[in-house]
Amino acid sequence: MNNKEYQKFIETYTPKPKVFENALVSFLVGGALGSFSELLLQLYQLWFHLPRKESGVIVILTLIVIASVLTALGIFDVLVTKLKSALIIPITGFAHSITSAALEYRTEGLVLGIGANIFKLAGTVILYGVVSVYLFGLLRIIIIGG
Amino acid sequence: MIYVNAFLFCGFTCLVSQLILDNTKLTPGHVTSLFVVIGAFLDIFGIYDKIVLYCGAGAIIPITSFGHLLIHGAMDLAGEMGAIGLAFGVFNLTSAGISVALVAAFFLCLIFKPKH
Repeated sequence: MNNKEYQKFIETYTPKPKVFENALVSFLVGGALGSFSELLLQLYQLWFHLPRKESGVIVILTLIVIASVLTALGIFDVLVTKLKSALIIPITGFAHSITSAALEYRTEGLVLGIGANIFKLAGTVILYGVVSVYLFGLLRIIIIGG
Repeated sequence: MIYVNAFLFCGFTCLVSQLILDNTKLTPGHVTSLFVVIGAFLDIFGIYDKIVLYCGAGAIIPITSFGHLLIHGAMDLAGEMGAIGLAFGVFNLTSAGISVALVAAFFLCLIFKPKH
């Protein structure tokens, strides 16, 4: 049995991810999270009399704090294994990646542990976000002048 | 109606990312980076602004809105100062999210121990 045959042999025995079920779960849960934050947005506008844009930022902050606390309590990891990308794609995933990195490297010290590793997972989002913004921004300035 | 739109848009982004995760070898890190770039790309000509108008918070909470907010802050100042405004304004709108996440993570990891 050569290498390629062995790979095929292995593939028949590895469990296939339940593609349809996972997709349905992430659609429903992700959608519910979207509707819930819209409700939150309307409530913040009512309670604090803030404009819509600022209320949106406060909704994001609320989700970040909730996700960080759940991560610290160890609940978020359990939820992610069940709900998959419904919790990774909303901003909760960003907060989760920062808090879990901080928790994991806590034992290696305040500077070399937390400080050096806190952006370990979230850094990729910020890096490619900023690089693409510079490119797209220059493109837009060249095409329509700002 | 905006609740339905929020449900559909946020659900749709999660659905697409789940399909990518299940059918390719990309990791969540790849997918979130890809979605941030897509969000910034959609905002070059203000398409994402229209989506936010119709879908409300459903378009604000997915990670695509991170790219949208980055380019929005950059273009706001670029309008006033020219191309150098990109450098000054790029974190204007996202600084709240990043700083709160950092501070929360710092104090939480001092209090809690990781659970495995």
